[in-house]
Amino acid sequence: MAAEGEALTVSGYITHHLTNLTYGKLPAGFQRYDGSVVDEGGLWTFAHGGVEASAMGFAAIHVDSMGWSIGLGIVFFLLFRNVAKKARAGVPSGLVNVIEMIVEFVDNTVKDTFHGHNKLVAPLALTVFVWVFLMNLMDLIPVDLFPELLLALGVPYQKIVPSTDPNITMGMAIGVFVLMLFYSVKVKGFGFAKELTLNPFKPPSKGPLIVIAPVLIALNLFMEVVGLLAKPFSLGMRLFGNMYAGEMIFILIAALFSAGWLWLAPAGVMQLIWAGFHILVITLQAFIFMVLTIVYLSMAHEDH
Amino acid sequence: MNINLTLFGQMFAFVIFVWLCMKYIWPPILAAMAEREKKIADGLAAADRASQDLELAQEKAVERLKQAKEEAAGIIDSANKRANQLVEEAKDTAVVEADRVKAAAQAEIEQETNRAREQLRSQVAALALAGAEKVLGASIDESAHRDLVEKLASEL
Repeated sequence: MAAEGEALTVSGYITHHLTNLTYGKLPAGFQRYDGSVVDEGGLWTFAHGGVEASAMGFAAIHVDSMGWSIGLGIVFFLLFRNVAKKARAGVPSGLVNVIEMIVEFVDNTVKDTFHGHNKLVAPLALTVFVWVFLMNLMDLIPVDLFPELLLALGVPYQKIVPSTDPNITMGMAIGVFVLMLFYSVKVKGFGFAKELTLNPFKPPSKGPLIVIAPVLIALNLFMEVVGLLAKPFSLGMRLFGNMYAGEMIFILIAALFSAGWLWLAPAGVMQLIWAGFHILVITLQAFIFMVLTIVYLSMAHEDH
Repeated sequence: MNINLTLFGQMFAFVIFVWLCMKYIWPPILAAMAEREKKIADGLAAADRASQDLELAQEKAVERLKQAKEEAAGIIDSANKRANQLVEEAKDTAVVEADRVKAAAQAEIEQETNRAREQLRSQVAALALAGAEKVLGASIDESAHRDLVEKLASEL
């Protein structure tokens, strides 16, 4: 259950489940889990345990998160592309119906919230919704299934829910943030700078009080920038937090199985109940991520 | 829980998938849906039009039917009239014909009677003469007595 260096305890089990499969560069002189010391020039390798992963610093990549994320993105693309090819004006059936329902739902949400003209927003919202939903859906796969299978194949760590990795959720949130900044500047131009500096305290433009204008502008800028940065941060962290907490509960219930055979039935029932409840959470979180993406981009397009 | 290159990897993947969706997924699905919407709207409009047409046609048909009934009633009426007229005419003709036949018969009868009377008269004259001849035993001058005899005959 646990890789080398981790005791087969409940905390070891949980730690193992919360460790990504990390590929990165270990710094020179680092003492590895088996006692060997990394040579001059560092070593590109898979991390064994959280300590090694931390030591890799920024120059590392979560292979499992990235792989599942891109894999699910491809699933999304192939599924929808297949339907897009089959979609005709005639009577739709089966899968086409389902996909069109999702597309229409996203389209209506975008139309309700976003009033500008932008060809990017609706496809962006669809991608975000379906992709995040698929990533969250991985949470419903029994927690031990893939890690144990891959462990048998020699892969020491595996986290199959990409949205429990803050890199993934923040990556998308920052992507949205970049789009926000881009459209704010593109649509509002200099108005964006005014928006950041002239609110919420309107600096006086004449009279003796004009001396405090720079102070107010600085204050406004500080508050607005904090507010602006809070948007992507809360967007990414909300999804991460919810999914991480949900996954944690699955892991904790799974840990009950090791507490003796008496716990087998209750823990199984709990898994089912939490999975049923979690279906709502994963859908809701995907929806919230999509709606906030639309709202933020809508704010970027609108002058106050 | 480390922040590392995965962040940029995901940003890159995000851009790629959004771009793919914008290019290859969204437009065809939405186009198909819009086309279907238009088709359905057209169909509904056509159905509306058709039902309107049907109503109109039904009204027209009812009107035509009424008209036809009226016409038929008129025709029957006039036919009845004409039949009555024909019957009357036939009756009249028959009466006239009967009268004519009757008159002709009467005329013939009269003629026959007259002829018979004439014949009788002439024979009576002859018989009277013959009888008188026999009674008198002498011949009677026909020419002398003719007027007398004829006067007698005419009184018959």
